[in-house]
Amino acid sequence: MKAKNRLGLILFPAFDWAISPRHPEREERLLYTQDQLMEEGIEDIDRIEFFNPLIATDQDIERVHLAYPDVEALVSESHRIAAGGVMQAFDLVLSNKAEKSFALVRPPGHHAQRVVYGDRGFCIINNEAVGLAYARQKYGDMRVAIVDTDCHHGDGTEDIYWNDPDTLVISFHQDGRTLYPGTGPISDLGGPGAYGYNVNIPLPPGTGDEGFLYVLEHVVLPILEDYQPDLIINSAGQDNHYTDPLTNMNFSAQGYSVLNDRLNPDIAVLEGGYSIQGALPYVNTGIIAAMAGLDYSGIWEPDYHLGKWKQTDRVGQDVRSIAEAVIEIWHKKEEIAQELFRSQKKVTRQRQVYYDTAGIMEHQTQEFYLCPSCPGLDVIRSKNDQGASLVGITVPRKACPDCQTKAYELFETEQRSRVKFVLLQDQKNDRFQRATGR
Amino acid sequence: MIIGIDMGGTNIDGVVLHQDRILKTFKQPVDGSDYFASIWHCLEALIEGLDRTDIKRIQLSTTISTNAIVENKVAQVGVILQPGPGLNWSYDHFGERLKYISGSIDHRGSPVRVIDRKELRQIRDEWSDLPIDALAIVTKFSVRNPDFEHEIEKFFSNDYPDITLGHRLSGKLNFPRRVETAYLNAAVSRTFRTFAEQFQQALEQADIQAPVYILKADGGTIDLEGAIEKPVETILSGPAASFMGMKALLHENGNDRLLIDIGGTTTDLFLLVDDVPIFEPLGITINQRKTLVRAIFSHSIGLGGDSYVRFEEGQLLIGPERKGHAIAFGGKHLTPTDALVYLDRLKGERGDESREAIEVLAKEHGLSGHELAENIITKMGEMISNTVDAVLEKLNGSPVYTVRELMSDRTIKPDSIGLVGGPAEALAETIHQSLGLPIDYPADFAIANAIGAALAKPTVEINLLADTERNILSVPELGIYQTLRGSLDLATAKQFAMEQVKLAGQTMGLSKEQLDTEIVEASIFNMLNDDYGVEKNIRVRAQIRPGLLTHLQREGGYNESKE
Ligand SMILES: [Zn+2]
Ligand SMILES: [Zn+2]
Repeated sequence: MKAKNRLGLILFPAFDWAISPRHPEREERLLYTQDQLMEEGIEDIDRIEFFNPLIATDQDIERVHLAYPDVEALVSESHRIAAGGVMQAFDLVLSNKAEKSFALVRPPGHHAQRVVYGDRGFCIINNEAVGLAYARQKYGDMRVAIVDTDCHHGDGTEDIYWNDPDTLVISFHQDGRTLYPGTGPISDLGGPGAYGYNVNIPLPPGTGDEGFLYVLEHVVLPILEDYQPDLIINSAGQDNHYTDPLTNMNFSAQGYSVLNDRLNPDIAVLEGGYSIQGALPYVNTGIIAAMAGLDYSGIWEPDYHLGKWKQTDRVGQDVRSIAEAVIEIWHKKEEIAQELFRSQKKVTRQRQVYYDTAGIMEHQTQEFYLCPSCPGLDVIRSKNDQGASLVGITVPRKACPDCQTKAYELFETEQRSRVKFVLLQDQKNDRFQRATGR
Repeated sequence: MIIGIDMGGTNIDGVVLHQDRILKTFKQPVDGSDYFASIWHCLEALIEGLDRTDIKRIQLSTTISTNAIVENKVAQVGVILQPGPGLNWSYDHFGERLKYISGSIDHRGSPVRVIDRKELRQIRDEWSDLPIDALAIVTKFSVRNPDFEHEIEKFFSNDYPDITLGHRLSGKLNFPRRVETAYLNAAVSRTFRTFAEQFQQALEQADIQAPVYILKADGGTIDLEGAIEKPVETILSGPAASFMGMKALLHENGNDRLLIDIGGTTTDLFLLVDDVPIFEPLGITINQRKTLVRAIFSHSIGLGGDSYVRFEEGQLLIGPERKGHAIAFGGKHLTPTDALVYLDRLKGERGDESREAIEVLAKEHGLSGHELAENIITKMGEMISNTVDAVLEKLNGSPVYTVRELMSDRTIKPDSIGLVGGPAEALAETIHQSLGLPIDYPADFAIANAIGAALAKPTVEINLLADTERNILSVPELGIYQTLRGSLDLATAKQFAMEQVKLAGQTMGLSKEQLDTEIVEASIFNMLNDDYGVEKNIRVRAQIRPGLLTHLQREGGYNESKE
């Protein structure tokens, strides 16, 4: 068998690492997936090649995250490897060692936000974001669309690219009113520098193959057509599957395969998905087949019954009206932004972030400075209920000289404020500085 | 006394070893029309004048199965597959003797959909008029649960005498390879059995009691009964014979080493890691069929002493084709051997013609004869060294699955080279230069393959899996499918695996000192069931390492290049 597309696979099941012995994110998670892939003979398909992950350094992680107290204290080797797996996925595609790549790594990353005090939704490091920042540093600027097909809202990814017009973030998820992390309404559209480039598509419980593919055809693909990204990343969570223990959706392995085929991502990254026996083995086989351009029509859960997992008409109606609302906003995003941000110098937003795994509550103020010649600086002031605090100043990659100067001045003045750490994240010069506050 | 015989593509080599010394050797061209006669003739020549009761074992590396496959002189095999859902591999090459049936087993070994007996009856009807000698039956995930394969076998047991079941051949997961392996096993089964029976009869008539072992591609041996059951294990043992021969004839230093066998047509590379051979990740490939037959890793370059040397568009090229002997040995085309003769590193039978040919070609390209000869040899060294680099890069990039392995970064880095083959001595300095490593080459390697065959010991690899939720413990290689009673921990599972491997080794005549068993991999996984109870999924891979029955006393001394 020969793949149509040269596909690089980074399969790193981390068989010796778990969050804790009974945690869903444990050694066993990719065991059956690996068994299935081996039994299917994936290793013998021409033009599919396996690669080991890289290992993300502090610098790789600090390009994205404001880590408290520092990276070393927060992450394990496994986190560095999961992020390094995605770095490898970018390397393969951008150096043309492969046409497409898929990183099957764990733990996941899409709940990890810019500030990190600990583990949220099994995530500490945002693997895709670390990979993308590494790639932009190594290969230059690029327009990227991240399509998050995990059942949970990709709130970490949303936060990281909230004000970045060069990174379009689209997240499908089970409506936040019915599922962790509770965020992700249609109305969360991005910061003043990238308004409308954060696209949330909250779906009703019970959405099936039909509904997901409807959203893909009527929302995601048209938006991508408009946006014309250089790269498409699929944040390939697999917990929309009908067997997932944590969610309530009706998506199937066949549905995931079709979605991946039509979305045609350059890079896919495993996110969540904890039906490790009933879903992951088949969904991953399907995604690999679709990415490689192979026939996936025979990939089904062995016990699949179409009738059982068909979405109801009611769900279908809801999906259609959500899709309509999202696409309407997409077309009007510039008008709304103009109205919203007219004559403002700074946009501020207050947030509370709960770290469910670590049990920490964070209070955050984000300030986005509007600049006519660049996406503008942003500043995060954060403290948590354990007495930690930090100020993070970020210079975007495309910052103008004025904004850059302003950031370095702020870095000096903030060191006189009552805060544990002041962090300067200069994405333009790939420099990270840390100082203590007063 | 041990008798070792290696039947290669052109020659058959034999050796008689007494303790650690070579007593007698034999070499003759193979009679392609009668392999049995070739082997028997070699054996008779070797034992002439010896006391037959002193023979402890007879070890054969044969091309019986390999040739049957390569020359397509195989049985007509009916293939019945139960692939379940998954990737659509094409098995069209089996033609009309291929049937798919429904029913499936999942990755845990749980039956999901059962066999439909109607389909089996239909196959029996449709095949009743087809000449079919043997059956191959393979179910996806059958190594996790062989019940369906057994059920199908039972259904057809009165229709066909030779039935191969996929799960018996390897404990590894890979359905397409299991299919090809089962097919090949069924296809050569009769040919090999005929040979084995003929050989056993001849031994009886000659009053030889010694047990017979057959060399496998993994550098180990299997007893004759085992080989009759799994003849596919006997394919492509040639490189293994050569590898084991080199191991017997060269120094051991406990480190990573590169072994190079330079032949007439090809140069074969092997690697030792901490002096232990490494294997092909899944199995060997024969006639473009990828199998689960375990094999020593080797990489073959189309470059040898008789490779065709010429210029194309101003570029000096060597190989990959061979157009016959070197001019120095009566051939018509220039070869690296001629360059070595020109440089006085080898003696040729027709040295003058050979020198002349070098000079003519050199002149056409504005070189002196000496320059061209040097260029050819240097180029050969470069080609080998570039291939070694590529092979190492590939092997060192092999996927790992644990944090420990990734962080430990165990790269293979040979610190010396062992060299055998016709031009070994003449090329030692060149290879030493291009690879920058010290070289060791034996004085006499003419019957290295027969020595390798003689000294190889039985090997077994097993893949144990235990699942405390389903209460099963399986070792497909040994046909073990047990019900588990009570709990099981990793230490107990490892101990069980070791006991089983040792038992298998002892059954094949290994003494305690010769066993050299090891756990290759062992892991235990917590499985959380629906009631949040914790069950265990345990996997252990264990083996008898391929190695030498005894170490050989080296005669004729060592040759070593200086650093
Ligand atoms: Zn999720
Ligand atoms: Zn600016």
